[in-house]
Amino acid sequence: MRAADAGDEMAYRRLLEALAPAVRGVVLRALTRAGAGTADAEDVVQETLLALHLKRATWDRTAPIGPWINAIARYKTVDALRRRGRRAEQPIDGVVESLPAAEAADGLARRDAERALAALSGRTHEVVRAVSLDGAGIGDTARRLCISEGAVRVALHRGLKALARRFAESSE
Amino acid sequence: MKTEDLIRAIAADHHPAPPVAGSLAAAMAGGIAIAALLFATGLGVRGDIGDALGTVRFLLKPAETLLLAAGAWLIVLRLARPEGTRGLAPLLPGLVLVGIAVAGELATAPPGEWSTRLVGSNALVCMVAIPAMAAGPLAALLLALRRAAPARPALLGAAAGLLSGALAGTLYAIHCPDDSPLFVVTWFGLAIALTTATGGLAGRRWLRW
Repeated sequence: MRAADAGDEMAYRRLLEALAPAVRGVVLRALTRAGAGTADAEDVVQETLLALHLKRATWDRTAPIGPWINAIARYKTVDALRRRGRRAEQPIDGVVESLPAAEAADGLARRDAERALAALSGRTHEVVRAVSLDGAGIGDTARRLCISEGAVRVALHRGLKALARRFAESSE
Repeated sequence: MKTEDLIRAIAADHHPAPPVAGSLAAAMAGGIAIAALLFATGLGVRGDIGDALGTVRFLLKPAETLLLAAGAWLIVLRLARPEGTRGLAPLLPGLVLVGIAVAGELATAPPGEWSTRLVGSNALVCMVAIPAMAAGPLAALLLALRRAAPARPALLGAAAGLLSGALAGTLYAIHCPDDSPLFVVTWFGLAIALTTATGGLAGRRWLRW
């Protein structure tokens, strides 16, 4: 996280990659404890990683980072459960019928995540796609799209915020 | 999108993120300026301020509200972080001072006077002026708090409402001709409870992330 402050992209990426399994663990445990399906756990993991990034200003640089990461993962898991609960509020006739319905809902959330990227529009979409799926650097992306590096950075940041919002709205 | 792809995009978006506390302090400064402007144009300092400054009952009013505001500020800073605990201990000094003031008033004033002092002369102005002056700071705080990551958004909003209300109460205390702690605890209390509730509702609506 200090690497992100210092502008060290590779170190920041290594940190996020190292954090992902830990976050996955927290999310899976929380989902299991709530008796919920874990089919869309990876969505919550991604949501948490985005939140760690977008909310990094709330980590007190003098405090240990572990509790802060745990708290964000828990919040995002509870939030996902709450959204899922709201979605399942329709009256259900029997337990047998409710089981496939719940699974269908999980599958739906997965597709929402796939759709999330597609839902970004115009340049934001192109930039996020280039940087994430194609693994292009900021400079490459700027040259490819014939825009300035500054514009790429702005579009990327906007795209990540839009992705975070998509997650929060995708199942409402 | 695969998680590793997302991580690549996130890592590319690295840039320094200034701590939230800084934005909050700036929001507070702006909010206080708005409230002070409203105070200067609409209310003003009471006429007998020179005499009032010599009485304990007058001085207690801004002391109580300032202590409450300081406590609420600490709570806002804590709740803005996801791992922040929710203890209300920082409010104790202010609440204890209010309690002492009320006890002192009850001990010294004859019981027949209590209700007159409680009703005071300006309750309606108090109930309008405090929420009106709290609106600016509360709006500025909520805006800055959108950068926060509260585990309990409604509670954070309520703390922001309490902070704004207590600050507005401090300004109003300098205008208000009623000095009885019975008046303060009732009408200041009601007005600040209103801003706290408003902040709580706003927090539930706007501070989720």
